Amino acid sequence: MSFATGLLCRECGTTYPTEARYSCEMCFGPLGVYYDLESAREVVTRESISSGPSSIWRYADLLPDPGVKPVDLGAGWTPLRRATRLADVLGLKELWLKDDTRNPTGSFKDRVVSVALSSARRLGFTTAACASTGNLATSVAAHAAFIGWPSVTIIPADLEKSKIAMTAIFGGTVLGVEGNYDDVNRLCVELVAEHPDWAFANVNLRAYYAEGSKTLAFEIAEQLGWRTPDQVVVPVASGSQLTKIAKGFAEFIELGLVDGSAPVLFGAQAAGCSPVATAFAQGAEFITPQRPNTIARSLAIGNPADGPYVLDELRRNGGDCGSVPDDEILECIGLLAKTEGIFAETAGGVTIASLRQMIARGTIDPNKSVVAIISGHGLKTLDAIVETAVVSSTIKPSLAEAEEALRFHQLVAAS
Amino acid sequence: MSVTVRLPSQLRSLVGGAGEVPVEAGTVREAIVAVDEAYPGIAFRVLDDHGSLRRFVNVFVADEDVRFLQGLDTVLEAGQTVSLVPAVAGG
Repeated sequence: MSFATGLLCRECGTTYPTEARYSCEMCFGPLGVYYDLESAREVVTRESISSGPSSIWRYADLLPDPGVKPVDLGAGWTPLRRATRLADVLGLKELWLKDDTRNPTGSFKDRVVSVALSSARRLGFTTAACASTGNLATSVAAHAAFIGWPSVTIIPADLEKSKIAMTAIFGGTVLGVEGNYDDVNRLCVELVAEHPDWAFANVNLRAYYAEGSKTLAFEIAEQLGWRTPDQVVVPVASGSQLTKIAKGFAEFIELGLVDGSAPVLFGAQAAGCSPVATAFAQGAEFITPQRPNTIARSLAIGNPADGPYVLDELRRNGGDCGSVPDDEILECIGLLAKTEGIFAETAGGVTIASLRQMIARGTIDPNKSVVAIISGHGLKTLDAIVETAVVSSTIKPSLAEAEEALRFHQLVAAS
Repeated sequence: MSVTVRLPSQLRSLVGGAGEVPVEAGTVREAIVAVDEAYPGIAFRVLDDHGSLRRFVNVFVADEDVRFLQGLDTVLEAGQTVSLVPAVAGG
């Protein structure tokens, strides 16, 4: 059973039942799902979780709508890998990578979509929709196909070709908007008013959708042997993932499931779209919107709705937010691949480059444990690297040419 | 001058269900005040105690976020549409 009891406005405290409502009637503040953790404490144990499925649904009691049949393509329970070679390069004592490239559609969005569409089904919706920078659209289209629902995914028209193809292949309707993500987002907020019977995963289903990101924190803690890490680095687009990771750790701590205290959270943004990093550095309480210009398209949200809450979390116990240029993003996609065998999309490059930046300026403690979230697969952003990740040499099928090339690349000694 | 204010679904019950309200106003602030005079309660929902925009409300004039313009002091031209849109996270 779920211990979800209602929706709560983070701004003014107004509460609502668990219905399809996405912002507060009184102040427009975002709504979050809240739980009866007192009752959950008696039922949810390390053992009950460990005996659950190898997906996010092992945490069903702490998700809004486990129901009898969640929409489960297999999101979550991705590897948490000790990264010793990358740790050596970065000068870290203990580094772990949460490899969320290993989700059904290649990004952490499968977590949030699985939760959102499960709630959508309970609430009686029959069409799935979303505003997306790409990864969410792919996941919504795939999950909708899986349950036989029509889908309407709305994206910037100039997204990476691979992300468009990965979405369109599932057969739903893909609307490419001539504009950036913030234009798409605004259009969808207006569309949902006209089509209240569509389940927009990240608009009218947003309170439920966001809960899916908590499972990143749950899994990290469980995979570390029921303990919290000291520091976690999270890519920041809308900011929802970071705030819900904080919520996940807080719930596990309150339930007495883990040893340790809440980790210090660190954000990661591209310099070409860094509204949260900028506000953090300036000590501002408000986010000033930016017009994105970065290869990290999945993080290119210039007007992040959860930005103020991200600032709160970063400042709670000494966090920071990186802001890294595109050349470092590309370099760090390569660094991660060469040291750990993980091929990440541009957001992963942002996370690793930001980690390096925050170690250099002393805000991340190299002697304490660090977990970095690798949120999406590199095949999604091939466009970013196809010019530089190329064959070492092109040769004829001759032994002589092969040997010559191998000498050139210093794989065999020059004769 | 005559402008149109587009309301999100959350505010439509206050104006009898309409999605758009025509008003006379020279700035965004005046437009919000004008709607509030016709349908009391709108301004409280959109503005905070200090008269600033609540932080989860976005306002667009001719499809441009007013935070890229002059905020509530943004000057309106006749026939323009002022859209009030809840801020919603995405990705």
